[in-house]
Amino acid sequence: MRCEDRKNNDILLEVRNLKVHIKLDEGILKAVDGVSFPIKRGKTMGLVGESGCGKSLTSKAIISINPDICQTTGEVLFYDSEKNEIINLLELEKDSAEIRDIRGKKISMIFQEPMTAFSPLHTIGNQIMENILIHKMKNKKEAKEVAINMLKRVGIADAEKRINQYPHEFSGGMRQRAMIAMALSCNPDLLIADEPTTALDVTIQAQVLELMNQLQKEYEMAILFITHNLGVIAEICDEVAVMYLGEIVERASVKELFRNPRHPYTKGLIKSIPKMGRKKERLYSIEGNVPLPLDLPPACHFYERCEYRMDGICNKQKVPEIQLSEDHMVKCFLYNNYDNIKQDNYIKQETEAADV
Amino acid sequence: MLKYIVRRILYIIPTTIFISIVIFLLIQLPPGDFLSVYTAKAVQEGETIDKQALERMRQDYGLDKPWYVQYFKWISGIITRGDFGYSFTYKRPVISVIKQYLGITIMVSLVTMLFTYIVAIPIGIFSAVKQYSIGDYIFTIIGFFGMGTPNFLFAIVLMYLSFKYFGNPMIGLISSEYVESAWTWAKILDLLKHMIIPVIVIGTANTCGLIRVMRGQLLDELNKQYVITARAKGLPERRILFKYPVRAAINPIISTIGWSLTSIFTGSTITAIVLNLPTQGPVMHKALLNQDMYLAGTWLLLMTVLTLLGTLISDLLLAWLDPRIRYEKKGK
Repeated sequence: MRCEDRKNNDILLEVRNLKVHIKLDEGILKAVDGVSFPIKRGKTMGLVGESGCGKSLTSKAIISINPDICQTTGEVLFYDSEKNEIINLLELEKDSAEIRDIRGKKISMIFQEPMTAFSPLHTIGNQIMENILIHKMKNKKEAKEVAINMLKRVGIADAEKRINQYPHEFSGGMRQRAMIAMALSCNPDLLIADEPTTALDVTIQAQVLELMNQLQKEYEMAILFITHNLGVIAEICDEVAVMYLGEIVERASVKELFRNPRHPYTKGLIKSIPKMGRKKERLYSIEGNVPLPLDLPPACHFYERCEYRMDGICNKQKVPEIQLSEDHMVKCFLYNNYDNIKQDNYIKQETEAADV
Repeated sequence: MLKYIVRRILYIIPTTIFISIVIFLLIQLPPGDFLSVYTAKAVQEGETIDKQALERMRQDYGLDKPWYVQYFKWISGIITRGDFGYSFTYKRPVISVIKQYLGITIMVSLVTMLFTYIVAIPIGIFSAVKQYSIGDYIFTIIGFFGMGTPNFLFAIVLMYLSFKYFGNPMIGLISSEYVESAWTWAKILDLLKHMIIPVIVIGTANTCGLIRVMRGQLLDELNKQYVITARAKGLPERRILFKYPVRAAINPIISTIGWSLTSIFTGSTITAIVLNLPTQGPVMHKALLNQDMYLAGTWLLLMTVLTLLGTLISDLLLAWLDPRIRYEKKGK
């Protein structure tokens, strides 16, 4: 077994150099291109980025549920506490018993669209119990008990009646609660939440986040939280990774990231959050659009849109990952020479001016 | 739910009455009547017919009255006495002609339908799951050939092949030596053998259409979010496939059961003539040519009722299978 010493570590899952490439007629679409991050036991890791940056594919790649046209390489090391060993999930066959035993039981997932994530032809109860029946127990009656308790736990009133209803009889927020109940029914070690609040309105969003926070403490599980909403990240995450065009451009603890963003893209994102009380100002926006990640050169993909771009460097060379401190990584040429305090100061001033 | 069913059944009554009027009107529309066709034929064969006798016959049959009087006579006979009228060509009551052919027609139709679904649904599922594979392409090609080939041509080809390799073209449904005999295993076996060609010929076009429908529907469903949810739960692929997307994809097929039954009834006329099948198609054809109006009218009326019942059955099945429909119906 490799990484023997990490067993006692607090790292539950580690993604290493994950690549998801999609072969198209036009070329290879590098949807995820070399992503690495750890997820700590009982903590929340946030993955933030614009639509199409590859965050959803990254999360689905962890439990190998991407469509067959996606070619996934790299490592997803999962520490299985039951067997006390580290498994590379990507080495398992897509439909093998081993990975199916992890899906839904040790790592479960909730999705963005609570409207379509449940089958409209089966009752909510049937779909929650299914999860329990394949992983936990064989007895249907007991499984129903568990499902009812889970529904109560996520705040669904009248769960005994509700369990026999169909998804179209639930509201969006309730469906997302039911989804959470289903995902947590087998006490997973890791919950992957793929934009769970995006389709909900703001008050419901807050309730669902609060619920997730509570349940996380109760079940001591880790969460990988995927969103494009930095406000949500600030509320729920311990650590954040910012993705741009299939790469993580900056990774830090939440406090550090909001207080001290380094990558020009992160800065842009933070600047473009609307703030209360400032009415007349025009909202900041990052110029340009996200290009399609087809046959990209091995240089900075943010170059075209970057305010600090350096011609001849950023668009010509491979960008290094720079460890600014123990928990702060940034992928940007501006910090190539970290000793160059002058430049760093210049950037700091800029940041302060932006007023976080 | 019960209220919904009862209401749907009650709706059938006015619909049937309305359609029966339209049917009768349409049958009466072509100029002339059975007797004029009869006379024309007789004259062609060199016979002479007494004009007075003809007039008397016309009065006897009530053919000199306007169409609505004839209609009321016909429909009141059906309602009060179960009398569907008299078939001029067969020279006996319509009901006895229908009795003779109905059983075998329904049997051929049902077996054909069964064949259609048993063949089409698994192939449709296969084609969707293995989209763009060699198997998918082969089934697609066969499917389009099946849809494009005229049934009667296909029937002739199969008869020829059957004659060439088995020495029997398999005309009709029962071999001559069994026609008079009682129902024994040998006779049933003979019947089954004779049904192979008609079932394949009549079923192919429908089967090929259904394969396309099933494939398209399933392809839509396979990429739905709930399939990914099921996969994330750790269910095996096969179980996911049959529990979720196949179940959803089959709904539109079920909703067409009602009228696909009657389309097999009526669509197989030419095939039945070519294969000399003792089914309804040729009888109807003959009745229309001879303006045998009560026979034609009764057959069409029967088709109407079957279509309406079929649609009702489809709707009920669909409501049973799809909770969303059930819900809407309850809400009304």
